[in-house]
Amino acid sequence: MSEPVIASVDVDRFVLAERLVHRVFAVLTIVCIVTAAILYNGALMMAVGHRHVVETIHVWCGFALPVPLVLGAVSKAYRTDLGILNRFTRADWQWLRSPSRRDGTIPVGKFNAGQKVNSWLVAGSTGVLLGTGVLLYWPDLVRLSWRAGATFVHDWFALGLGLLIVGHVAYAMRDPEARRGMRTGRVSRTWAKAEHEAWADEVTRRRSDDPS
Amino acid sequence: MPNTPVADEGAPIGRRAVLGLLGLGAVGVVTGSSVQNRLSQMLASVQMRDPTGLTSQIPLGDTWRYYSVTGAVEPRTRGDYNLKISGLVDQPTSYSFADLEGLPQTEFDDTFQCVTGWSVPDVPWRGVRVSELLEAAAPTDEAVGVRYKSFDGTYTVNMTLEQARAKDVLVVLAMYDAPVTHDHGGPVRIYSGSMYGYKSTKWLSEIEVTSNNAPGYWEDRGYPLDGFIEDE
Repeated sequence: MSEPVIASVDVDRFVLAERLVHRVFAVLTIVCIVTAAILYNGALMMAVGHRHVVETIHVWCGFALPVPLVLGAVSKAYRTDLGILNRFTRADWQWLRSPSRRDGTIPVGKFNAGQKVNSWLVAGSTGVLLGTGVLLYWPDLVRLSWRAGATFVHDWFALGLGLLIVGHVAYAMRDPEARRGMRTGRVSRTWAKAEHEAWADEVTRRRSDDPS
Repeated sequence: MPNTPVADEGAPIGRRAVLGLLGLGAVGVVTGSSVQNRLSQMLASVQMRDPTGLTSQIPLGDTWRYYSVTGAVEPRTRGDYNLKISGLVDQPTSYSFADLEGLPQTEFDDTFQCVTGWSVPDVPWRGVRVSELLEAAAPTDEAVGVRYKSFDGTYTVNMTLEQARAKDVLVVLAMYDAPVTHDHGGPVRIYSGSMYGYKSTKWLSEIEVTSNNAPGYWEDRGYPLDGFIEDE
């Protein structure tokens, strides 16, 4: 690792179940994106061909997307984090609006407001892509004009989700410690204090309450 | 939670946002077709003037999507092109591109409509009616259907003889008043105006007259045997 080695205590950020959900969802998403590019772009399609194979991979990886999200719910930590992502506080609104949101004056919990909004948009877009994907894959389900609408919606939501993913990856590239958190489940206390102070304080409090 | 301060708990906005997006998606499915028509009309003039071609990658509709079911297809020129009419006929025939150009030509503008919903309106097509080629070949009494074969080596399409004889089923020699490009299935492809795009065989090499209406490539993979475009 290239970041400076400082004597720093680690704190737990993500349990194994959450990291597995993330990893599986990421792999499925990447396969969906690569196959989508081949299906959509004329030059790629003509170079690769085999439309039925590419389509089958795309469709079934897409249908599999909710599986890790649902299976993750066996983990209590995952359910708790979903609850946190769902709830938007007054501080979150402030954080979104503030030009100096990262200076530490607005308390940030386990997830900042941007991460929450991103999670909603990714979840909602995935659902829309899944639903419209079903309509395109089984053309008997709805009439032609709705299939045309489903194509329209599928294309635009795919573009939107693609941009969200580009942003997600760009933020991750800039922050090795955040990536370590998702890879190993642990982050340094220093990082936690800097990025998610309210959460870091809460973790410390919980630990000092714990008699073990 | 009456005894918890609202500011701590926050509101369940996430769930609302997700449901809102799903609702937006549903509205888009129902209205998307007309929204897209308006958008593509507005932006058609922009696309015409875009030398980079990037705007055609934006999903605004009315743009072609190119399909191939095999690996790279070896291109054929008009010079080395050949179309066979074979199977249950009294007069098996082989046409060069020039032979086809010498036959009576039919021209019309019609929509290319994919079964999955996308379409390209008012495409100018020109070519020879399949009915004329069939008439010249004289199908035998056992003949029931035709099977279009592609020189990609894999793709096939079935039609009944009656469907193949429809006035809007063409062996296409020109699209947009120009040679049919390789990506569009040139030098020669089928166009069937009343049917979904999968019935319009690209890279046509043979029309075989058959004793059945056995499913072709996509028909075998779940698409309707007849493939007629449904009425709106």
